[in-house]
Amino acid sequence: MISCRHRKLVDYECMKTEPTCFDEMLLGNDLVRDPYGQYFDWFKMADVKRLRRKSEDAEAFFRKIGITFNVYGQDEADERLIPFDIVPRIIAAKEWRQLERGIEQRVRAINAFLRDIYHRQEIIRAGRIPKKLIAGNAAFTPEMIGVTPPAGVYTHIAGVDLVRTGENDFYVLEDNVRTPSGVSYMLENRETMLHMFPELFTKMKVRSVSSYPDLLRRSLADCAPDRTRTDMPTVAVLTPGIHNSAYFEHAFLADQMGAELVESHDLRVQDGYVAMRTTRGYQRLDVIYRRVDDEYLDPLTFNPNSMLGVPGIMDVYRAGNVTIANAPGTGIADDKALYSYMPDIIEFYTGEKAILKNVPTWRCSEADSLSYVLENLKDLVVKEVHGSGGYGMLVGPAASKKELSAFEAKLRATPDNYIAQPTLALSTVPILSKSGLAPRHVDLRPFVLMAPNRVEITAGGLTRVALKKGSLVVNSSQGGGTKDTWVLED
Amino acid sequence: MADSKTLSIRHVTTYSYDEPVSYALQQLRLTPRATAGQVVRDWSCTIRGGTKQLSFTDSYRNMVELVLLADGVTEVEIECAGVVDVEDRNGVVGKLRGFAPLWLYLEETALTAAGNNIGQLVARLKQNCADMDEVSLLHVLSAEILGLVKYEIGQTDASTTAEGAMTVGHGVCQDHAHIMISAARQLGMPARYVSGYLLMDGQTQQDASHAWCEVWTKGLGWIGFDVSNGICPDARYVRVGVGRDYADAAPIRGLRQGNGAENLHVSLQVQQ
Amino acid sequence: MLGRTAGGLFWMFRYLERAENTARLLEAGHHMALTRSESAESEWESIVRTAGMNMGYDAKYDSYTAKQVIDYLLRDKDNASSVMSSIDLARSNGRQVRTALSSEVWEATNECWMDLKKTLSQPIEESALHDTLILIRNRAAIVRGALHGTMLRNDIFSFARLGTFIERADNTARILDVKYYVLLPSAAFVGTTMDNAQWEVILRSVSAERSYRWLNAGAASPVGVADFLILDERMPRSLAFCTRKVGHFLQHLENDYELRQTSQIKAAVLLARIEEMTIEDIFNDGLHEYLGEFIEGITELARHIEQDFRFYG
Repeated sequence: MISCRHRKLVDYECMKTEPTCFDEMLLGNDLVRDPYGQYFDWFKMADVKRLRRKSEDAEAFFRKIGITFNVYGQDEADERLIPFDIVPRIIAAKEWRQLERGIEQRVRAINAFLRDIYHRQEIIRAGRIPKKLIAGNAAFTPEMIGVTPPAGVYTHIAGVDLVRTGENDFYVLEDNVRTPSGVSYMLENRETMLHMFPELFTKMKVRSVSSYPDLLRRSLADCAPDRTRTDMPTVAVLTPGIHNSAYFEHAFLADQMGAELVESHDLRVQDGYVAMRTTRGYQRLDVIYRRVDDEYLDPLTFNPNSMLGVPGIMDVYRAGNVTIANAPGTGIADDKALYSYMPDIIEFYTGEKAILKNVPTWRCSEADSLSYVLENLKDLVVKEVHGSGGYGMLVGPAASKKELSAFEAKLRATPDNYIAQPTLALSTVPILSKSGLAPRHVDLRPFVLMAPNRVEITAGGLTRVALKKGSLVVNSSQGGGTKDTWVLED
Repeated sequence: MADSKTLSIRHVTTYSYDEPVSYALQQLRLTPRATAGQVVRDWSCTIRGGTKQLSFTDSYRNMVELVLLADGVTEVEIECAGVVDVEDRNGVVGKLRGFAPLWLYLEETALTAAGNNIGQLVARLKQNCADMDEVSLLHVLSAEILGLVKYEIGQTDASTTAEGAMTVGHGVCQDHAHIMISAARQLGMPARYVSGYLLMDGQTQQDASHAWCEVWTKGLGWIGFDVSNGICPDARYVRVGVGRDYADAAPIRGLRQGNGAENLHVSLQVQQ
Repeated sequence: MLGRTAGGLFWMFRYLERAENTARLLEAGHHMALTRSESAESEWESIVRTAGMNMGYDAKYDSYTAKQVIDYLLRDKDNASSVMSSIDLARSNGRQVRTALSSEVWEATNECWMDLKKTLSQPIEESALHDTLILIRNRAAIVRGALHGTMLRNDIFSFARLGTFIERADNTARILDVKYYVLLPSAAFVGTTMDNAQWEVILRSVSAERSYRWLNAGAASPVGVADFLILDERMPRSLAFCTRKVGHFLQHLENDYELRQTSQIKAAVLLARIEEMTIEDIFNDGLHEYLGEFIEGITELARHIEQDFRFYG
């Protein structure tokens, strides 16, 4: 239990609007939780008008450097900013240690699961997960059967989405082990905060996030094939191109790592390796941090109609001559159909109980669950098994009658496509609103790097915040914003 | 004592192009490996007009080679030759090897998805042969398919689906194999595609490489069925590639940049 | 460096140069139309022709008004070479190669784009044209300044500069070629009524009227103008200057890569052709033919640069 200091607060909305949810700054009516103590003292003395001006400066700065994302389905030229809120989300050292242990355990288990599922599938033989979870699952990639990636690493980069509902209650919402994005926001948000509020960083001991690009480069390089060949493996970031919604991040990471930013047509197979076309000729690549989906990776092996992709790259990979990060086929591990089995998966491969909790989940493919879900639709969150980005999702309590009945029809038609979860009372964190500090719901995506024999978790991550009052959807495509995440030193 | 044979094979595939090729890759599954009743005594693949880039073993334990066509070629020739000892095991290949799980061979693929025609065939079989053992049932299925889909070249091509060939009513070994695979899966039996070579009685020169299928039975494991010839493979059959369907096991799979037409010529000799 | 990156840099700076050149042309046209209001329509027409945009323009309009021409050259999306289109293309090439650019160059490019996108979101009135053209010039100058002030002098810089000078050489040659007949000695004999305005517009469209006058006080002549824009190496938009710069940056790449390729040889040939001739030789051989050859030469050179350094594979 974290001790609290007594504070008199008058203008924080939480007390009035959502008395039931856990607020990370305020405990009860007027107690400031420890991690926020110093920040709160500072904020009380700050000039809100000046803060608001700084907030506008931050936006202009983001636009100038071009941290924008393209919204799908809209004008190609329409580049939007993800709104940034200048109030940090603060996590105590002790809290973080607990999260760190849980995340590392989870990511190790996922890597072991992937190794197993593409080899002997002991976990199925042992009856710990049903076969039908894998059989018939489009995320299972037969081409990966029997393939062991260089250094045995499948999930070089993972983003584990966490939510909080109470002092000690953290839940994993989903594991992102395909090509998790958002790390550039973690880094740029911190950079911006350092520029805007240097005094806060001298007062408070916040753990740094700036080593992430170096750590990324090092862990990728450590996973290079044939590591006796060179001390300096060539690393490249593979992007679908400037029209991709996360292009900024691809360029940013390549830049920060000192790696080439390549597109598929820069690459070809040469002398048994993947090589990039430079101004001096073709040059061998050792590690490809790809930000393209499996389906568009290799038209020779996967989607032959894809104009994207590097023909033959999978063959080079299967011959052990290049590292692809993350490994193809990792999607089977973060598939929503598998999510509810994660506690079993963790126990099977680590021999330990899962440290981080899973959100209770109803699998609509099961008849009993389906009827429960249909009866309680207005209280549940329903997600597509293969969806992402908050698309195709129903938030029961926020949905209209019409939306509910439309979704009910979808559920009845293809129940296998859906899972349902209770509406969690996501914790709130203050944002700077027009009327001062106001509580908004948040989640957290810490970024995890896996190298041979080590897992590194950057202290912090991307806090996404639902800017609309009362909203539980934090996705940027649905009106969410971001915040800097501070993990305090002991 | 089972009958066995020593087969010599020479298989030359030539692609010629109207326009010089700037960049093209070919994935070859042309190397037979030791399996039940089959010993590869000698085997080699030579490429003219391209260079071998690498090789690996795929998910179905096929030996795969990747070939890069030389810049500007108008012709590439792939010559495979060797000697294989084969034992007649009445089509029984036996146990599952490798990491690909059995359930994978129950999954529908684009080429083997069952439609109405195959559905009806399966329904009929279920009704008429309810009390048959698995092997007999499969023999009936094989014969039924040959009755419904006559062997005829030119009515179908490499991209024809099982259901498509059923609709046409004509097909070649590839189509027969696909239909049998599709139906067997509908009957709940794992099935897979095999590409390989067949020694034809009284003739050395063959038109093309052969294909058949294998179905998993609880008692005997994998058993081969050559629908087109109405038999189970014997000592005249050399297994080369396997997979869920033709797309997985295809002897040559390629991708080419540029336009211009491609012409294929195959010369194949199998002899004892 | 990736071949695609080299290509992106090359085109980013070609497009930036193109945007600036189009703005200069508009400036010249605006000036002419104001000072010679009786023939404004034909002045505007000649501007569109000089810009090489008459095909597209004629397909869209059947008259030459200031309003239409300004709109077409500045902001028309159908016009791939309008200032806005060029800036758009410069920026998307810039985005593509942003790992090769200093953050200052990228930010200057992005701000240039944001500013112009805002300014050019509405049609520009003739009264606001001057200010808009100044904005374009200033914005482009900031990018250039950032390039000079913050970029390493390596192959990245060379490809950027090659784009600039190839585009500029091509632009100056085309302006001269469209108007070459007013520079011919015979034109001077044709009639005394022909004033200086015709060749003055040429000078103005390369922003050289003042420097020319300063260098040739009282002795301005059509042949002098041609000499200035073709052979004068002090003039930063002359064919000689641009070609020498192209050769210079190709030489850099040659030293850097320790490899002499076709583009370096072609550039040397192109430069020798300029150096071996006087302006009289050029007139005797035919100015139009000379310019045609030059344009062909510079286009061919650009193609070889593209191949030698693998812009497209």
